[in-house]
Amino acid sequence: MVPSPLVEVRNVSKRYGSLTVTANVSLTVDAGEVLGILGPNGAGKTTLFNIMSGDVAPDAGAVFLAGADITKLPPHERCRRGIGRSYQIAKPFGGLSVYENVLVAALFGGRRSGREANAVCAEVLELTGLMRKANRLAGTLTLLDRKRLEFARALGTGPTVLLLDEIAGGLTDHEAQDVVATVSAIRERGIAVIWIEHVVHALLAVATRVIVLDAGAKIAEGEPHAVINSPQVQRVYMGVDVEVEVGA
Amino acid sequence: MNAMDTVVQGALLGGLYALFAMGLAVIYGVMRQVNIAHGDFIVLGAYSAFVVVAATGLSPFVVAPLTALVFAAFGYALQRTIINRTLGNAILPPLVVTYGLSIIIQNVLLQVFSADARSIQIGALGTASVALGAHLAVGWFPLIVFGTALAVAALLEFVFNRTSLGMAFRAVADDPEIAQVMGLRDGQLFAYATAISLAVVALAGVFMGIKFTFAPADGPNFLIYSFEAVVIGGLGSFWGTFAGAIILGVAQAIGFALNPGWGILAGHLVFLAVLVYRPTGLFARSAQ
Repeated sequence: MVPSPLVEVRNVSKRYGSLTVTANVSLTVDAGEVLGILGPNGAGKTTLFNIMSGDVAPDAGAVFLAGADITKLPPHERCRRGIGRSYQIAKPFGGLSVYENVLVAALFGGRRSGREANAVCAEVLELTGLMRKANRLAGTLTLLDRKRLEFARALGTGPTVLLLDEIAGGLTDHEAQDVVATVSAIRERGIAVIWIEHVVHALLAVATRVIVLDAGAKIAEGEPHAVINSPQVQRVYMGVDVEVEVGA
Repeated sequence: MNAMDTVVQGALLGGLYALFAMGLAVIYGVMRQVNIAHGDFIVLGAYSAFVVVAATGLSPFVVAPLTALVFAAFGYALQRTIINRTLGNAILPPLVVTYGLSIIIQNVLLQVFSADARSIQIGALGTASVALGAHLAVGWFPLIVFGTALAVAALLEFVFNRTSLGMAFRAVADDPEIAQVMGLRDGQLFAYATAISLAVVALAGVFMGIKFTFAPADGPNFLIYSFEAVVIGGLGSFWGTFAGAIILGVAQAIGFALNPGWGILAGHLVFLAVLVYRPTGLFARSAQ
């Protein structure tokens, strides 16, 4: 019996000096759900992941996994309990091969035996299209392959909750569709997925629910299309983002 | 003294330096930290074996692996209880703490053993040699040290490149924060690394104590030789460190052959030349 909710973030806040990056945010995700997180740059999306994975300690609030309070647990312990994550700025272990990057995650994060870990690696590298580059040093990969490796390594830890941070950015439409299909397949295995993504059409293709963050606070939550079409989200999210891209 | 003899004796001395240096390379390779007390641990290893040999009458070659085991346990505990607390974004705290350990070890040794030089005796083996041609003889003991250093380098290469522990070491060295998020316990891995380092240091210390006389304040010199060998060889491979140590040993032997006062200086000059002309080291292996 899978506990419900599988993950709960309860009233979490984080400030850096006078800057509030996360303001009293709560969310829940169940097994088999894909929760999309939208919001303009600087809305506190990645900070929320950092709080969940243990990279950053919140000033207030708590994080629960399968009913247990994990707010004070160190990152490696959270990973072993089932929180897997990717980073928006890909950070592979550059001195390890692609295969070793996933293997080390499967062995230590996934607590697998050698044989099981190798099986996980083969499956994950096939799924993410990195099989032919398995023996390359991760430091020599292109940016795109580094993103794929982020995804692969997070999957390698054998997560029950997978946190994906902008894995579709920079992909072609075709590649983005592959990512959507992969996320969909992962969800069907009963893994809960939380996906931060600016490529809205990719996110909408698979998300079962979305929340929108702005200036650290949750401003909308619900059925993906209803949320994205609500006037408030149109104004705050789309408006700001378009301006930023024009300015850049 | 002919040139061939000088080079061979230098290379054999380099075998001892390789044992000194590999302990340092393990810690640097995993934690990106330099253990300032490294040389003092070498001296401590020599004193430990000296005491056990004197008390039990066991052969130093039996005492050496026992010392290595005890030092490994000590290294693990030291890392878990003290040095791990100093690790963070600042590089200074672990340097200061290991510098403090260096002072403590030197002064405790001075208090217990006085400043008199000691040595560990191995009897006839200490002077036995094998003739290689008419003008060249090599001591059995230096050959044993050299062989041990080769074996240690091969073993470390195997552990770092072919085992899951080694893969975890390399991952945590690459990026300790990401490694934690991928399920690696950095504090524990660092403790294993220090255990391995101090086991090698203990072997190096016992062999040093057989080859040289030693006194409580000798440690910092050994730290410098170790550091020079690691820099000459370049980071990323224990064979590189091994080769760096051989180069250092040969340089010192050649310097010494030219003038008895120039031996150590010649080693320093080679080290400086490498720093100036090839700061990544002669045999560096790098991801980029």
